Amino acid sequence: MSAAAAATGASPVRDAVEWRLAAPLGLTYVVFFAAPFLILLGISFYADAEQTRLGFDSWLKFYTDAFYLKVIFDTLKLGVFAVVATTILAYPLALVFRASSPRMQRVLIFIILMPLLTSVVIRTFAWIVILAREGVINQTLMGLGLTATPLNLLQTELGLVLALTQIEMPLMLLPLLAIMNQLDQNLIDASRALGASKWRTFFRVILPLTLPGWIAGATLVFASATTAFISQSVIGGARLVYLPALIWQQSMVVYNWPFAAVASLTLLFTVLSGIMALSWLGRFARTT
Amino acid sequence: MGRTKAEIHPSMASQHTATAQAAQPLTLDGVTHSYGTGFAVDNVTLEVKGGELVALLGPSGCGKTTLLRIVAGFISQTNGKVIIGDRPIDVLPPNRREIGIVFQNYALFPHMTVAENIAYGLAARGESRAVQAERVAEMLATVRMEGFADRKPRQLSGGQQQRVALARALAIRPRILLLDEPFAALDKNLRLDMQIEIKRLQRQFALTAIMVTHDQDEAMSIADRIAVMSHGKIEQLGSPVEIYDEPATLFVNNFIGSSNLLKGRVEAVGSDGYRVALESGAVWTLAAKGRFEAGAPVLVSVRPEQMVLADEAAPDRLPVALKLSLPIGGALIHDATAAGGEDIKIAVPRRPGALSTGPGAAFAALAPHARPSLFPAASS
Ligand SMILES: Nc1ncnc2c1ncn2[C@@H]1O[C@H](COP(=O)(O)OP(=O)(O)OP(=O)(O)O)[C@@H](O)[C@H]1O
Ligand SMILES: [Mg+2]
Repeated sequence: MSAAAAATGASPVRDAVEWRLAAPLGLTYVVFFAAPFLILLGISFYADAEQTRLGFDSWLKFYTDAFYLKVIFDTLKLGVFAVVATTILAYPLALVFRASSPRMQRVLIFIILMPLLTSVVIRTFAWIVILAREGVINQTLMGLGLTATPLNLLQTELGLVLALTQIEMPLMLLPLLAIMNQLDQNLIDASRALGASKWRTFFRVILPLTLPGWIAGATLVFASATTAFISQSVIGGARLVYLPALIWQQSMVVYNWPFAAVASLTLLFTVLSGIMALSWLGRFARTT
Repeated sequence: MGRTKAEIHPSMASQHTATAQAAQPLTLDGVTHSYGTGFAVDNVTLEVKGGELVALLGPSGCGKTTLLRIVAGFISQTNGKVIIGDRPIDVLPPNRREIGIVFQNYALFPHMTVAENIAYGLAARGESRAVQAERVAEMLATVRMEGFADRKPRQLSGGQQQRVALARALAIRPRILLLDEPFAALDKNLRLDMQIEIKRLQRQFALTAIMVTHDQDEAMSIADRIAVMSHGKIEQLGSPVEIYDEPATLFVNNFIGSSNLLKGRVEAVGSDGYRVALESGAVWTLAAKGRFEAGAPVLVSVRPEQMVLADEAAPDRLPVALKLSLPIGGALIHDATAAGGEDIKIAVPRRPGALSTGPGAAFAALAPHARPSLFPAASS
């Protein structure tokens, strides 16, 4: 009784302390995120590269040019493809993981995490070796007689999605495996005993109940695939242009900062729209 | 789909007269299962008659859940057959077995409402929405949960979740009902209510049922027969009375109820039974089952309520030193030590007013109706 009373009495003080604990991070955000963001927003309203005149010219130029609209669309598409590809591969693996013994699970986790131990740059260059005209894939296909001429995989969307799928896979898998492992086996058994096939059980029970994990994974994959500057430019090359490369080119090569600012904000909105779409999906996954 | 339904379930057409359905027997024939090392279920043969409720009773880890999961088809046994009616079902996947199962944690789908949970099995069978709605209403009425259709499982109490789990299992009109420790998560008062409820539904739907439990009172009160299991084997199968009064093995004897074990030796085998000389000093003539030769060392098992106390010595009374007596309800439990050093508990009806007697010497004898059991003593 008295302890509870003391706790209620102390709560305003405690609240103040908690608030101050968040101050360092809050301050960092203000200085290194909010302020640059506002500056970026400000710069985007300069009409010319020399930043002499205010106006909506940069925004208009970006959003009326079919080329730039296609860049937005391609970036979004790349994110969606990466999410779809990782999903298709991750769910079966998560089911296998779930059914494995604890020791096997440790081995699988190690294999899944291994890519994270090497830098993205190294993994990206490894994919060049794999995708190149004389690379592993082409040599195998030609060796098997499946194709006479080497396939063009580098500098194609297919090659990029392939590489991104491997590179982003851990981001999809980790949250998915965590939630998959917690799923009560009795729910699956109950579904089967009630007459549901394995597929029906997957779509009616396993999928809805693991959706929160998938949404977390999909958000991470989408955000990092759409902003994967290194992989996009090394594997996509000059032929495929995505928003990150466009920003780099406009700011560091062309020195049109207002235009680069518009592209940056567009990338931010693109990623945000994907994340919002995913969290909107999450409202259907209110499971408990 | 429709064809198999009709084939498996001749009574589907007459849903509202589910009681008229002939219950099918469930037979386990030499069922054996190993998870890798040792046998979790070891050569179990068991016939559950149509409409009968058999309780699987046994200590933790004896293979009860494993046996249930084999019947449901979640694991396929290493050896042996499971037969419903006269059809082996081992080749059928769980979703084709028409078995209703209630889990210890109820396993209600948390993302579905009560109504959706109950309709789940019907939807999986491709029943129309109208049929589903009708059956859901009927099942909710059966388990007295009308008005809860739109709740989520987390908004229900344990007992209510239990009822929904039952309704969901019964909605598909199963041939067999399996219950894995259905009352374990309920408190004592609710337990009794649910036991009566399950018994009522099992009768009403004429279900052949197996219930797993490690609570002997629960098994005694609702099962038609009890199968006592130990280390994957069935030690004894019989009615609750048989199990309690005529335990076939020492394990069953010790597992069910409490009993006093007295060491002795068979002195003579007569037409009226075995004459056993107890180490603690009395000689009893017992008409017990089993086959023993004269001179064989035996253990005599007497339930506390099958003994009485007397003041004077006699050849069939063993001297005991009373240590402590505890009034438990209408009985007085005496904790005593026999001459041989064995601990004995004696339960006598408590006389009104009398609470307990102090320590002292007395003589313990068999009550007139007592039927002690005899077991071979481990040769030492
Ligand atoms: N998936 C499994 N893998 C390996 N061994 C298992 C597995 N499940 C159960 N066992 C073992 O099989 C034996 C029987 O287990 P089971 O779960 O059938 O016991 P139970 O009688 O239901 O016990 P309880 O009363 O504790 O629920 C135990 O020794 C257990 O350790
Ligand atoms: Mg169990």
